[in-house]
Amino acid sequence: MERDDVIEYSLDAHHSDEEGKKIRKKIWFVTALLSIITIVEVGVGVVWPRNALGADSGAWMSIKIFYIVLTLVKAGYIVLTFMHLGDERKSMKYVILVPYIIFMIYLMFIAFVEGAAVNGIWAS
Amino acid sequence: MGGHATKQIDAPTLWGGSMSPFSTSYGKLMMWFFLVSDALTFGGLLVAYGYTRYTYTGEWPAGEEVFHHFPLAGETHLPLLYVAFMTFILIVSSVTMVLAVEAGHRMDKRGVIKWLAWTIVGGFIFLGSQVWEWSHFIHGSEYGRITLQDGSVVKAHYNHDTHAFEGFEVTQDGSLYKAEEQKSGEHEEKYAVLHGDHAKALYNSIEENESYRIVRGANLYENEYGPSHYGQFFFFITGFHGFHVFSGVVINILVLMMVLKGTMHKRGHYEMVEKTGLYWHFVDLVWVFVFTFFYLV
Repeated sequence: MERDDVIEYSLDAHHSDEEGKKIRKKIWFVTALLSIITIVEVGVGVVWPRNALGADSGAWMSIKIFYIVLTLVKAGYIVLTFMHLGDERKSMKYVILVPYIIFMIYLMFIAFVEGAAVNGIWAS
Repeated sequence: MGGHATKQIDAPTLWGGSMSPFSTSYGKLMMWFFLVSDALTFGGLLVAYGYTRYTYTGEWPAGEEVFHHFPLAGETHLPLLYVAFMTFILIVSSVTMVLAVEAGHRMDKRGVIKWLAWTIVGGFIFLGSQVWEWSHFIHGSEYGRITLQDGSVVKAHYNHDTHAFEGFEVTQDGSLYKAEEQKSGEHEEKYAVLHGDHAKALYNSIEENESYRIVRGANLYENEYGPSHYGQFFFFITGFHGFHVFSGVVINILVLMMVLKGTMHKRGHYEMVEKTGLYWHFVDLVWVFVFTFFYLV
């Protein structure tokens, strides 16, 4: 059934075979990257487990930061390449990302500061 | 790739404005808006998990000590390997999805069918893995965790290679349990990690002594791995994500049927594949964060 009530914008977002080859090359590159990052993450966890380092140690802290950075790299590749957000208009990219990121930073700040305060009360 | 308008469309037929703000279709933009709201839900769940960990004064269970089993491998110690495998499956199915979208841009019907079918296969493997992991989490280990009559908790780690309890810890007063004390609200609990002969002796005496209660595996009230919150968050976060995967598989199957029927080809574009693709990638994206914040950190 042909719909005539919705005018689609990206109807003509087609590409040729040559362009497709280039795109597929990029897809496989990102695949390899994401897989390697996951393997590195698990490997680091095996070599330096939390309980061997101590949950409060500086070494574990740096591994945590390392994990979070790798996660953000992975997320960036998924959103910008797989979900094609990097190819959309800049205005759309920022409408999607900026409010969300700002809100999440705010929420994390509130929750973790509050959580640490509650922890201080319960511990004493 | 991205949906840039190349066709002139007269203003009255547009959204009621003079042009699309983002040169993208209505459906795709709404999918993005939905994904942002869904991301807020998952973000809220993970932040709540973080909050609980911040407030918790005891030792939070480490992912690599809870999830170290592998299907068909018996009692093994392969920390997080199966979870990593699940992550890999989801990444690969995301890749096949993006390849289906790419094939759609070339109006390659056979390509779309092939890659979409592989995506569905990946989704089923992931769901099956999650069933296995839940089942393992719920049933727990052989020895479980012992709760003493006074509310104290004893944990023991049994090494199946050496057939011994490991990392023996004795307390100064010679009692069987002791470690960190923790208070949560009104109740004071003692957690202890107990190993070696003491633990074995205690385990052996349990059957005769009514004052011990063993917690094996997990449910929504308690679990052997750590505080009850740990099990609750595990069930809720991975369950909510798993339900998203399930929905995604169902949607993918429906779209695949439409592709097979040739509906998309008649329309002249495969944008529906692109939209379900966005959802599917989002599910992968959420798992990347769950993997880090629930299992790794």
